[in-house]
Amino acid sequence: MSDGKGGFVMPKVNVLDKFCKSCELCIEVCPKKILAVGDKANAKGYFTIVCTDEEKCIGCKICATVCPDVAIEIYK
Amino acid sequence: MEKVLMKGNEIIGEAAIRSGCKLFFGYPITPSTEVIEYLSAQFPKVGGTVVQAEDEIGAINMCYGAACTGNRVMTASSSPGVSLKQEGLSYSAAVGLPMVVVNVNRCGPGLGGLGPAQSDYFQSTKGGGHGDYRLIVLAPSKAQELYDYTMEAFDLADKYRNPVLILSDGFLGQTMEPVVLKERPEAPAFDRSWVVDGAKGREKRVLASYSLTNEIGEANNLKWEAKYKHIQEQEQRWEEFHTEDAEYLLVSYGTTGRICKSTVLNARAKGIKLGLIRPITLWPYPEKAFIPYKEKVKGIVTVELNTGQMIEDVKLAVECKVPVHLYRRQGGMLPTEDEILDFVENKFNLSAVEEV
Amino acid sequence: MEKIFGRSKGLTDVPFSFCPGCTHGIIMRLIAEVLEELDIIEDTIGVSPVGCAGFSQDFFSCDFVGAAHGRAQAVGTGIKRSLPDKIVFTYQGDGDIAAIGTQHAIHTAARGEKITSIMVNNAIFGMTGGQMAPTTLEGMKTSTSPYGRNIGTNGYPIDLPKLVANLEGAVYVASVSVDSPKNINQAKKAIKKAFQVQQAGLGFAFVSVLSTCPTNWGLTPSDSMKWLRENMMPVYELGELKVAEEVKSL
Repeated sequence: MSDGKGGFVMPKVNVLDKFCKSCELCIEVCPKKILAVGDKANAKGYFTIVCTDEEKCIGCKICATVCPDVAIEIYK
Repeated sequence: MEKVLMKGNEIIGEAAIRSGCKLFFGYPITPSTEVIEYLSAQFPKVGGTVVQAEDEIGAINMCYGAACTGNRVMTASSSPGVSLKQEGLSYSAAVGLPMVVVNVNRCGPGLGGLGPAQSDYFQSTKGGGHGDYRLIVLAPSKAQELYDYTMEAFDLADKYRNPVLILSDGFLGQTMEPVVLKERPEAPAFDRSWVVDGAKGREKRVLASYSLTNEIGEANNLKWEAKYKHIQEQEQRWEEFHTEDAEYLLVSYGTTGRICKSTVLNARAKGIKLGLIRPITLWPYPEKAFIPYKEKVKGIVTVELNTGQMIEDVKLAVECKVPVHLYRRQGGMLPTEDEILDFVENKFNLSAVEEV
Repeated sequence: MEKIFGRSKGLTDVPFSFCPGCTHGIIMRLIAEVLEELDIIEDTIGVSPVGCAGFSQDFFSCDFVGAAHGRAQAVGTGIKRSLPDKIVFTYQGDGDIAAIGTQHAIHTAARGEKITSIMVNNAIFGMTGGQMAPTTLEGMKTSTSPYGRNIGTNGYPIDLPKLVANLEGAVYVASVSVDSPKNINQAKKAIKKAFQVQQAGLGFAFVSVLSTCPTNWGLTPSDSMKWLRENMMPVYELGELKVAEEVKSL
């Protein structure tokens, strides 16, 4: 994917720890199976979701679509 | 100034229009129905809106919504309908919403009858719904007061951000009397910094009464308590009639307050020094009215259209320093001025004195 | 890099207070995005009910009024009649709008009140801990139907959008679900149309959204989605149940 400067950038999924409740709905719908429960707890004690392989993200937004806490941002 | 002959309920409607109220939400119930009928006919001419709601619960909650926007709003009903409004009134008091509510009191309990009664005194003055709150309650006794107090009610509601109840009854509501349609000076500008009307160029606002923690709950209760104490201090209103040299006092409001004036005149004609205190605000109760008399008069009779409700407030006001008796009629019946006088004479043994 | 998905301006920065996996949050996001896309955040007044949906007043960035249980549509009516140029919506659970508030649900629609109502149907009373709702399915176990909803004693579940669609004043009625990405996107379209109907002043617009309650259903968020699909969808028909002629041209 072009970054407009002749190079290529990969889409990026960013989980906002403040909002994530680790309900795992995103893990299930991710077509690339690159989301998982992380090993760090947020202030509420939820082990928030992490992306295990950022290079594989295709920026499809499906994880963000099902996230009930609007805790996922997608960059492209 | 315009002097016209109008029915009590219609007078309230006309006063609302001339107070700048353009929103009325109600549900028909005898003997209050002429209020919604009058406004249904008149509001369209002045750009006002009447919604005949699905029920009284709907009507009071529409008032709640409209009041949140800061515009003047009114509803009117009669006793069973006002019972249905209690939930909404509790919420309105909790959020601090100005609105005017009219209760054309009919007799109860239950469906009761259509005749005049004062059996909603407790409901009107002690809160009525759940939680610790008060309505400001005004008690007119004739046509002109229906008009004047309605106008006053809108200003009080805005001033204190609190619902104001006009406690009328089936007699006042249905009687035609002359009334002077006085123009009221422009209402003073009230603080609108709390109004919900779209967060344009400002922070969002929320008007709600849920207290998530007990600490917030107590802080809210203390805030409202301070407001109610302030109102109690500032807004007690009453009329005195031949009280200066009175040895005995009648205490009565509304329709019976009016009848009691004749009783006082008849008593005076017989040489009995009888006076009248007619509460105008039923909440805050005008306890200040009793200060000059509680050490002075020999006896008090409250005249009520119920089983004896206001008498409790009178006893508190005179700190039980004076014997307080009750004369009452119920179920839609009204006493005559002479029946009241007979009671006073018998109770205090006054005819015997006269005969000696 | 450009942000292609993030939190809408229609939401505040307050994290939702719902249980993990509760789909209330998805529905709120959709509404917030619609408010932003239609550029009406500053012109909108929301009405929150009692129940889990009651917290909505903290999560949207528009003005809000908190109503008594079941009364949101009456409150919304009062706001709209006072300020006809503003956008008014109610956000209510099925217990709120289809039980204690049924009289307002019927009459707000019958009057063609120019407001938008969103009902979140999870077939249960959530906030009070999972009691039977008017929408609870036949045989469904709740804390007040511990042996399953018995039609003989508890009657049938109410399909409110179908009921409302029968009323002349309701010009747009849709039944949607948020169980899958595809249905979530469909739900957003319906919600958007329900607000556009109000902008055009056409009448009452109502969207019912099938939603989950993992905590009170006793299922994982993922299994809840499956349960919704397998059990609720066959009972509560999805789709645009009513699109009045004047709405079709929107």
